[in-house]
Amino acid sequence: MSDLILDRISKSYGKTQVLSEASIEVKAGETVVVCGPSGAGKTVLLRLVAGVVEPDTGDIRIAGRSVLNVGPERRDVGMAFQNFALYPHLTAFENIASPLRARGLEAGEIKKRVDEISKLLRIEHVLGHTPRELSNGQKQRTSLARSLVRGPGVLLLDDPLRNVDAKLRYEMRLELPRLLRNFGSAVLYVTQDYKEAMALADRIAVLRAGRIEQLAPASAIYDAPESIEVARLFGDPTINLYPIRPEAEGGAAVVRLFGQTWRLPRGREAAIDRDCMLGLRPEDVRIGGDGHPGSVAFELEAVTPLNVRGVLYLRGPAGEELLATVPERDIGQFGRGHRRIWIDLPAEKLHLFDRQSGARIAPAAA
Amino acid sequence: MSMRKTNPIARALRALALLLVGLFFLFPIFWVLLMSFQTNQDILRIPPSLFFSPTLENFYAIISGKLVTSAGTLEVPFMGNLLNSVILSTASVAVSLLFGVPAAYAFARFRFRLGEDIAFTLLSFRFAPPLLVVLPLALYFQDLGLNNSYLGLVWVYQLISLPLILWIVRGYFEDMSPDIEHAFRIDGHSWFATFMKVSIPLARPGIAAAALLAFIFCWNNFIFALILASADKQPVTVGALAFVTASGIQYGQIAASIVLSIIPTLALALYAQRYLVEGLSLGAVKG
Repeated sequence: MSDLILDRISKSYGKTQVLSEASIEVKAGETVVVCGPSGAGKTVLLRLVAGVVEPDTGDIRIAGRSVLNVGPERRDVGMAFQNFALYPHLTAFENIASPLRARGLEAGEIKKRVDEISKLLRIEHVLGHTPRELSNGQKQRTSLARSLVRGPGVLLLDDPLRNVDAKLRYEMRLELPRLLRNFGSAVLYVTQDYKEAMALADRIAVLRAGRIEQLAPASAIYDAPESIEVARLFGDPTINLYPIRPEAEGGAAVVRLFGQTWRLPRGREAAIDRDCMLGLRPEDVRIGGDGHPGSVAFELEAVTPLNVRGVLYLRGPAGEELLATVPERDIGQFGRGHRRIWIDLPAEKLHLFDRQSGARIAPAAA
Repeated sequence: MSMRKTNPIARALRALALLLVGLFFLFPIFWVLLMSFQTNQDILRIPPSLFFSPTLENFYAIISGKLVTSAGTLEVPFMGNLLNSVILSTASVAVSLLFGVPAAYAFARFRFRLGEDIAFTLLSFRFAPPLLVVLPLALYFQDLGLNNSYLGLVWVYQLISLPLILWIVRGYFEDMSPDIEHAFRIDGHSWFATFMKVSIPLARPGIAAAALLAFIFCWNNFIFALILASADKQPVTVGALAFVTASGIQYGQIAASIVLSIIPTLALALYAQRYLVEGLSLGAVKG
């Protein structure tokens, strides 16, 4: 089993810097999801590992061996493409068998292994069809089967669920982690969808404008985003952000927001007298506490059900917008909107970022 | 608007219009076909008539190579000309495919210095009037001993077939998603295997179309062979001149020779048709 190491990879096309100094390490059996907005360089990253594109600087090592200037056919990688990239003139069987044929396996062994993987992916009934005759879901599974059949050391999945329908995407999200565990490959998975990333990843690498902004387990990305952008990318509805400037008061940091003064927990003193952004996840907004000291009155403008949660669109005393979410079973109590409700901010759940650099201001260890 | 919804009169008019256009374009060929079964007397009769007693005399004369005229019997090597045409056109297209298809792939997939300029220069061979090219070339060919040789003619025919194949096939390669080739490489196949087993099969409709067109252009070429070849290497286009004899123009034989010389290209076109209609992408890539 092999590890994959990307060591300070940079790549530019002409004057456009696509990747700068990106480093990722994927252990055998681990799934690292590269997540980021379109144009962040995700696909280029995969192509660099596949060997279709060579980096300008930096090193790529598979199983401890540098693979720079090694052709794609000798890198021990498997790849599933976003557009499937099946061979239109070959049957699904031959498509899947291609990596085995390239290694000169004998016919009986090829048949056995293709049958095995197609049973696992439930496409054994369409092996005789050409790609033209397959549904999108079957194409996607065929392309996945082709990338997996040989059990490659490194598996590259380029947004494989992008072009399939919502139901299948949901099923595959549940199925993939189990499937990937069978093979023990180092998996690099690319997606734009943060939920997909959270569902599949052992660790998530947030890629933005060619830089890895954060590389951490999913929960850490969500609970302690390293930058405003990471906080914004993960979470639906997106995090509430307010420009603030914490001040010192009685030895602690306080912020003025919504016409109130909020005391920050200890350890936030570093933010005092700096221009900051305050982030508040919609689900962390505490609804209720009608009128008691420390709560703020908001006008409820709209209520939207969103899957299992309801989204409240609120307007504060000075017209500030605030999104809050509540369990969907509770949204009945808000009616169809426009009334006054009270909220409270849980100080321990607030995120602080430097406004200039966008970087997280971590609480000092107590 | 759907065609089926238009009224019957409009439909009849449309059919009539199509018939007229079809007749207009196909009539000369039809007339030539009729002529090939007529004697020179029948052909030159005024007014012309659709009714005559068909004869195979013309075909017999051409195939046997003996042309009987009022001024005596002439040797006409028409079947030799036909064979020359087949050899020259086939060889030219084969050579062009051998060099043109890999070149087209290179132009489509790789950006290299002067790439576009080279591709354009190759296309520009088709701009120059052939006569301007061929006269100076005749002198060089004399010196090089390429005059009146298949090799020399096939070489010059590259001016016709190579640019055509290069530009048509290049377009097909460019329309093909490189991801399919990448996928095949990642599967573990060499660059060359990928080219042979993926790129070429996927470009096959384009290659077939280009080869057919190039074949037709080579087949119909007149000027190169007229100047660079003598009797034993001449194709049908030049060979047909032999029917202009001292005792008049042998229209019947000319018609028969045209009919015979159409057959190979027509057969090739019918055969290539199945490759031409093959869809290009075949649903491999989404979008």
